[in-house]
Amino acid sequence: MAWAGKMLRVNLTEGTCKSEPLNMEWAHAYLGQRGLATKYLTEEIDPKVDPLSPENKMIMTTGPLTGTCASTAGRYSVVTKGALTGAIACSNSGGYFGNEMKNAGWDQIIFEGKSPKPVYLYIENDKAELLDASAHWGTSVWDTEEGIKHNHGDPQIRVASIGVSGEQGVKYACVVNDMHRAAGRSGVGTVMGSKNLKAVAIRGTLGVSVKDPKRFVQATNDGKKVLADNAVTGQGLPAMGTQVLMNVINETGALPTRNHRDNQFESANDIGAEAMAKVRETDGKANLITNAACFGCTIACGRISQIDRTHFSVAERPQYHKASGGLEYEAAWALGAATGVGDLEALTFANFVCNEQGIDPITFGATLGAAMELFEDGVLTEEQTGMSLKFGDAKALCEMALLTGKGEGFGAELGLGSKLLTEKYGRPELSMGVKGQEFPAYDGRGIQGIGLAYATSNRGACHLRGYTIASEVFGIPVKTDPLDSDGKPALVKAFQDATAAVDSSGLCVFTTFAWTLEDFAPQIDAACEGDWTAERLLEIGERIWNLERNFNNAAGFTAADDNLPERLLKDAAKTGPSEGKVNELSKMLPEYYELRGWSHAGVPTNETLSRLGL
Amino acid sequence: MQIILKLYAGLTPFLPAGAQNNQIAIEVDEGTTINAVLDAHNCPRKLCHLVMHNGFHIPPGERDARVLREGDALAAWPPIAGG
Ligand code: SF4
Repeated sequence: MAWAGKMLRVNLTEGTCKSEPLNMEWAHAYLGQRGLATKYLTEEIDPKVDPLSPENKMIMTTGPLTGTCASTAGRYSVVTKGALTGAIACSNSGGYFGNEMKNAGWDQIIFEGKSPKPVYLYIENDKAELLDASAHWGTSVWDTEEGIKHNHGDPQIRVASIGVSGEQGVKYACVVNDMHRAAGRSGVGTVMGSKNLKAVAIRGTLGVSVKDPKRFVQATNDGKKVLADNAVTGQGLPAMGTQVLMNVINETGALPTRNHRDNQFESANDIGAEAMAKVRETDGKANLITNAACFGCTIACGRISQIDRTHFSVAERPQYHKASGGLEYEAAWALGAATGVGDLEALTFANFVCNEQGIDPITFGATLGAAMELFEDGVLTEEQTGMSLKFGDAKALCEMALLTGKGEGFGAELGLGSKLLTEKYGRPELSMGVKGQEFPAYDGRGIQGIGLAYATSNRGACHLRGYTIASEVFGIPVKTDPLDSDGKPALVKAFQDATAAVDSSGLCVFTTFAWTLEDFAPQIDAACEGDWTAERLLEIGERIWNLERNFNNAAGFTAADDNLPERLLKDAAKTGPSEGKVNELSKMLPEYYELRGWSHAGVPTNETLSRLGL
Repeated sequence: MQIILKLYAGLTPFLPAGAQNNQIAIEVDEGTTINAVLDAHNCPRKLCHLVMHNGFHIPPGERDARVLREGDALAAWPPIAGG
């Protein structure tokens, strides 16, 4: 119940699709989605495998509540060994694709091997087959999605695909579904491309059953009421979206700017939510058209926007005149503050290109920021880059997005990500990330806990493994001082464990601005066999965290990789309330290891493993 | 003395005419408190969720007592979050 109880195993080398029963013992220990797929992956691949070799596997996975009537029940994840990081990768996406997969009767799809030629997987409920994708290879996500719907004469098919970037080996390619929703980070789309798998297209009409339908409707209605009554999920997020954070984080002095050289951006107000809603002088319209929701979501935080047609980026490119998804805060920060570009229309254009060609805008923007610093330092020249790459250059942002999206020209070098790019040019200290993945939109000097969350995140620097910003800035569930590192190890651990459980449920992590695990538990309990309490969910979250950690340790990561760049540890923040601060990682990390039940070397002790049943 | 008042998101409409980029320099008396400024601009207190004084978070219980000084920045938001 709630779980479909079966999964699809696709062997791309042999071209076969086989149904298998889901391991229900594992489902009860790991819930679903992130937890369950990680269990499968870690059982089935060698942690030392080359992420881009046929021996790596990629799992598309749903949670038990995906496809149900719970709010935000459209989520799915892509789990693999990440191309960008070489660490465990789990990228979560909304939209409608996850719901379709679950309604076709599949909890997850495991892809193994490598197809001899480009293919896409087509699923119609029980029927699954690999079809020739040669006509779509070399085309964008947008064209692929339209083309596949056209092939089958069915506009209701849901498609998740890679763009040209994923084919070309750009290290941070995404899997994009529903045109602009993405399993965005760690290069999961690069792995998909390495398997010659262009897309997965699904039509599902079977429905999802739950253990106790009456209690489930009551529990999900209760949950929806909590979301509606909460000022953040009921009003703040639908009205302003995540982009409202641009000015908030800038005011706190924690908006990383120009590759973290600065911690406040003078143009923050030109690229945030207020700017998106402002009527433009040029055409009398606002950038923001409307908000939008993923499947079943009663929050609707998404942004749909339209670029000013007179703007240089699109004046000669009518294909970008239509309204599309974005900007969300993380993308706006990376494409804007991280590069010093304060032109909202240029950011929107670069974001559209990231969606169109399937590249992670966070890593792209951050890598361009690093390249701009190399350029300003004279390490890179115009001869190498093809154009001036000064901080703040909107034309360079747009041009480099186009080139990186196709892995062409200097875009192929940007496609390496900042770690390999800065190493190549002898300045590794300019890569702003952890475990090969770039930071998102919060500076660990001005917000201490998030620095620890970045350093210890199992998929490389990430805000979504433990979003302590909720507490440190918004006061959810309680306010803590962002500049004080005391108590942050416990805060980070609590957020990490709870998030791992939420990511395994099929629901969106944004519900946690209003819900605690006490709100999730009755919904899961009414849907799934077994007894599900908040305590059990938290234990599952901790189990998942340690499972991921074990995989990374076996892959060759050590405590030395739980680190931050020197810039965050030695170069104090220059302005605002965080002026003079560095991140106090060395103080927080030993306490964090102890709370986790790990050795000084960052390895879970036998006692911890047996407590968690690992 | 002058301070900078910054109102964002759903509080934007409470900015006086002439504000640009969601902020405006305003004249206030010496000894003016945070709540006195927000009240003078008709910002409903329950909408003033996140309030920052020079970037530092000020909880509701301290806003009546916290006195502003020449050149200070006062910023306020309704309930918001993101990520
Ligand atoms: S809260 Fe936003 S991201 Fe989450 S499911 Fe709803 S619309 Fe999608």
